[in-house]
Amino acid sequence: MNNILKISFRNLKRNSRRTLLTASLITLGVVFVLLYTALSGSFKGYMIGQITDSNMGHIQIHKKGYVASVDTLPLDKNLNQVAIDFIEKELKNNPYVESYAFKIKFGAMFSNFESTTNIRLNAIIPEQEFKTLPALEQRITGLEGELSGGEVLIPELLANGMKTKVGDTIVLVANNKAGSVNGINVKVGGIVGQITGPGGKDGYITLEDAKKVLRMGEAMEVSEIVVRLKDLSTLEKATASLAPIIEKQNKEGKPSFEVHTWEQLSPFYNIIRMLDVMNLSMKIILISIVLISILNVMVMSVYERVREIGTIAAMGTRPSTIVKLFLAEGLMLGIFGAIVGSLLSFGLVALLNVVKITYDFGRETGLVLAPSLSLGEAMSTGIIVVLISLVASLSPALKASRLDPVEALRTF
Amino acid sequence: MVEAKNLQKVYKVGELEQEVIKDFSLCIGQGEFISLVGPSGSGKSTVLNMLGCLDTPTKGKISIGDTEVTGLSRSKRADFRGANIGFIFQSFNLIPVLSVYENVEYPLIMILNLPQEERKERVMKLLRAVGMEEHKDKTPDKISGGQMQRVAIARALVTNPKIVFADEPTANLDTKTAHKIIELMKAIQKEFRTTFVFATHDEKIVSNVDRIITLVDGLIVSDERIEK
Repeated sequence: MNNILKISFRNLKRNSRRTLLTASLITLGVVFVLLYTALSGSFKGYMIGQITDSNMGHIQIHKKGYVASVDTLPLDKNLNQVAIDFIEKELKNNPYVESYAFKIKFGAMFSNFESTTNIRLNAIIPEQEFKTLPALEQRITGLEGELSGGEVLIPELLANGMKTKVGDTIVLVANNKAGSVNGINVKVGGIVGQITGPGGKDGYITLEDAKKVLRMGEAMEVSEIVVRLKDLSTLEKATASLAPIIEKQNKEGKPSFEVHTWEQLSPFYNIIRMLDVMNLSMKIILISIVLISILNVMVMSVYERVREIGTIAAMGTRPSTIVKLFLAEGLMLGIFGAIVGSLLSFGLVALLNVVKITYDFGRETGLVLAPSLSLGEAMSTGIIVVLISLVASLSPALKASRLDPVEALRTF
Repeated sequence: MVEAKNLQKVYKVGELEQEVIKDFSLCIGQGEFISLVGPSGSGKSTVLNMLGCLDTPTKGKISIGDTEVTGLSRSKRADFRGANIGFIFQSFNLIPVLSVYENVEYPLIMILNLPQEERKERVMKLLRAVGMEEHKDKTPDKISGGQMQRVAIARALVTNPKIVFADEPTANLDTKTAHKIIELMKAIQKEFRTTFVFATHDEKIVSNVDRIITLVDGLIVSDERIEK
């Protein structure tokens, strides 16, 4: 095998300019794909972080039918104490779950005594909420300590529109499940900064205040349980591990609860999937570059060396050895492109992290691009390049091995 | 050692069939120094290619030693050539990316797969025999035509073949060099008892062989043994 590699290497060196050009093209393709993957991965990571860490959590549990009617924020599809106890017991025993938070989501009227508007409120247990959605705290300005009873956190858009600031007293008016209307005075405890997507305009009060305005009495009742996992990459396994909740049936033999992942609930998951599709497209372009360039150089190589192939065949070189000689040439080109391309990509990613390029997305400005490239990604791209190099070399190699020695020796 | 019986070779060009070898039979013994002569198109190269297992006859049988080679598969024929047959070409056909030493060593690595020590011994012995020992590290583009043919001879002989086929081996050499090459092959034939079969027009070779087979239009018209 060493001798095959030695001869193939020397054959590549024979036309060094062409070899260098082909290898550079493959290298450039690898750099292009890996850099795109690293950059899109940075954006994807930021988006997922924003969505899951400050708004949706990783998994949400509701009473069956809640998500289908979520636009109306129904209060008649809340989880009662028995359901909460059952779910809490399962979550506490689940090895994938880091924390969870109870909340009631409801619509209310927000009045600053001059004007009135709608607000979507999240009634939370602050300690649970900030543990389960750790990035939420970073979006809040003006809040001293934790959210307390009698305080409301209002979204930035609403604060600006209603000319309301931290410390102002406002009135929240809401309909309860029975249809009666009630209101409470609350003080603006903080302003919640914007994030992209739904939930960026939500306000927050304590669960106790929500019980008062909704006249719920002492019994615990929530509309949503948000779950945070120890590791987001275990999302699929963790969801499957919640089977006892998913399979729990009510008295009529129908499912009692519904469990959704953030991917099922957030429209931004489609954008992320689009990024993945674009990533795949980049890889297909890379495959085409490698395929065409190696096929071209190998066909040329066979065409130029017909007489030489005839000579080694006449001497008794087996057709399979001739195949190996040409496959080794293509393989070396692919391996060179994959290794140099990967090294260059790691270098460029490191450089981008030093330079810290910023970008704007929607209303969010000054976001820092923090591309990262995993060894696994570089290796999988490298393996694709090497495999395609082999595939591209196969046809010229087989052609070379099938040459009739007599005809080949006649060629000049 | 080589026995060809009733060989026929027909080439098809479109609808047209051309019979270039007609009922050709021949026996070649160990250590013979034979020349196939005849005008252009008489079928010399075709016979050489068939006897050298590069081409197969349309009809007839060829046996080399105890092996009937006409029935062998493409891959088996390659193995047989590697182990039993040497070739010397008009244009030397050295591999340009390999040095003189590596060109001679090539069949031992790629075909016979011999260990390094044995390879080195065989290669150096032949390079000494053809007078190319001091040029062993040069690539073919750094040596003359005569030297290239010496290397080609060493390469053809390094596997200790039973028979060597040479197609116009002196055609690209000047007279003086051609004489030296013929003398070299003659000396090797005597030393190693190797059979040489030439397809040639060259009078310098013809005058040195001990058997001349004349072909005209694919038929043997004479088979003459020269007593010296």
